[in-house]
Amino acid sequence: MEVVFQTCVNALVASGFFALTAVGLVLIFGVMGIINFAHGELFMVGAYSVWYLYSISGWPFFLAVVGALVIVAVIGLLMERGLFRPMRNNPLGGLINSIGVLFILQVVAVKVGGLGLMKHVPPAFPGVVQIIEGVVLSKQRLVALIVSAVLLLFIWLFLTRTKLGWALRATAQDREAAALQGISINRISMLAMGLGAGVAGVAGALMAPLTRVQPYMGHSVIIAAFIVTIVGGLGSLSGAILAAVLYAFFHTFVTTYFGGIIATILGLLIMLVVLIIKPTGLMGTQTTE
Amino acid sequence: MINKRTSKALGLIALFAFLIVLPFTLKFHQQDFLIFLIINILVVVSYRLMTLTGEWSLIHVVLMGVGAYSSALLAKKLGLSFWLTMPLSGIICTLVAFLFSFPLFRMKQFYFLIGSFAAGEAIRLSWVYFKVPFGGPKGLRYIPSPKFTFPGLKEAIEIWEPIPYYFLTLTVVTLCLWILYRLENSRIGLTLHSIHWRDVLAESVGINIWRYKTLAFGVASFFVGIAGALLAHYLGTINPNQFAVGIMVYVLIWVIVGGTATFAGPIIGVTVLSIVNEWFRAFEIWRPLIYGCILIISIMFLPEGLESLPSKLRGVINRLLGKEEIEVNVPERMEKEEEVF
Repeated sequence: MEVVFQTCVNALVASGFFALTAVGLVLIFGVMGIINFAHGELFMVGAYSVWYLYSISGWPFFLAVVGALVIVAVIGLLMERGLFRPMRNNPLGGLINSIGVLFILQVVAVKVGGLGLMKHVPPAFPGVVQIIEGVVLSKQRLVALIVSAVLLLFIWLFLTRTKLGWALRATAQDREAAALQGISINRISMLAMGLGAGVAGVAGALMAPLTRVQPYMGHSVIIAAFIVTIVGGLGSLSGAILAAVLYAFFHTFVTTYFGGIIATILGLLIMLVVLIIKPTGLMGTQTTE
Repeated sequence: MINKRTSKALGLIALFAFLIVLPFTLKFHQQDFLIFLIINILVVVSYRLMTLTGEWSLIHVVLMGVGAYSSALLAKKLGLSFWLTMPLSGIICTLVAFLFSFPLFRMKQFYFLIGSFAAGEAIRLSWVYFKVPFGGPKGLRYIPSPKFTFPGLKEAIEIWEPIPYYFLTLTVVTLCLWILYRLENSRIGLTLHSIHWRDVLAESVGINIWRYKTLAFGVASFFVGIAGALLAHYLGTINPNQFAVGIMVYVLIWVIVGGTATFAGPIIGVTVLSIVNEWFRAFEIWRPLIYGCILIISIMFLPEGLESLPSKLRGVINRLLGKEEIEVNVPERMEKEEEVF
């Protein structure tokens, strides 16, 4: 019984970080219509930033997380400005550009940190919290969970309560109609890309002490993010969050009982089934055309 | 005056003479490189057949792996000869593709791309997961080399040295390319083009889009399966990492940088980029970065690929000389226009 509770606690932490990466992917796709294949690498850069700022340079942990947010958001803005904007009418071109960025960021990470050496990021908050008898949660995980929940709440408030958030959602719904209402598509695209990338960076920064920091860590992240966004419905934020929680529980339980590879295989098959039966996903409204 | 047809034939003869002499002038590792290049040419050309319908898949390299694994397993477990396992692996690939075509062709564009990625990754991870018979992460080893016999010969000749294997690969790939070329210029190929240009119009004149897409997918898979078998029996060892999505991305880069409008485009792309890759052998770590930059630059500034370079250069030179541009460059594959109803 304790194993079940422990797995639930782990799944809860995982769902926070799945949701953060998926929300970024959904924001970028919603506004620009481009699937960002480099999203996992933005996550990786976030983790590397924390490794460099916190473990090497000795910044306080939260300052390092903010640093990661800024670094990755700037990379996102540069990508939007230089690579995605000229490709606005060519979604396949945008996707291919993001694959190019993926390669470049991996090489930069290898050059900055070296290959093969494991980057150890010591936990900023050592110790554990005992929830019930036999079920523990490390403080680092608790912090990661709280920060991701707060961040998701802020994004939600921003999108539903502010004028800029309304503009962003309007652009995602209908770009031309939004432009006719005087919304600057360029500014909204930069906002979506900066926000989406920054959130991925924060996710990487929070996970850095909990996982192995290495140049190719983005691969498993992008697979999970794809599964979550497709199951939730491409272009639906609430769907992405719901799917993130569901998939995190599914993935954590299958990993605990059957192993990581089988969990990913099953996740991919579920995604295929969703694509066949209900391509709009759990909460999606966009058609497949 | 030599007409276009004879000059084309002469060019082909010259090319083949060059390809026959070439391996004898090269060092050992360069011969190796040449074999991989020829196998990759088959991979990109078969991939192009798939893209003719307008769908870009990410499962192609995994299907190459299906070919490699099935040929290796048939040769190892059942002791079948290479001459049998190679076509069989192509057929198995077609069957796998046919099976996956049911879910995949319910999707279009992005959904197809991601769906094919998911299907491919699921297949690939199952090779990692099932140690029997796929050998797990370490893959399969000791895959037998092809043996060649004919009446009157006492002992079978084993083809494993680069030069004999080069000629084996060259023969098989040339045959495959010829079939693919004929296919594209047949009625079927024209129908595939029409689906890419105007799928709704094609459907309205009675073309069964689903059937033709499946056909293109199946044929492309057959030939990439053959390429996989050729790779497996040359290397003698295969593992799941050789067919990862990262390798698929390289195939995409070759095809895009070369251009998909003509048959020769992807061949030019893979040849040029592989040679560039050889130059950068000393900078192993930088290689993905160089590839990434080439990819971005080509999609931004040369979206029709290297094959469009000569006509573009001609345009620039004409402009510099102050000539009026008379020749209007019409791409063979028109851009798909927005459907207005």
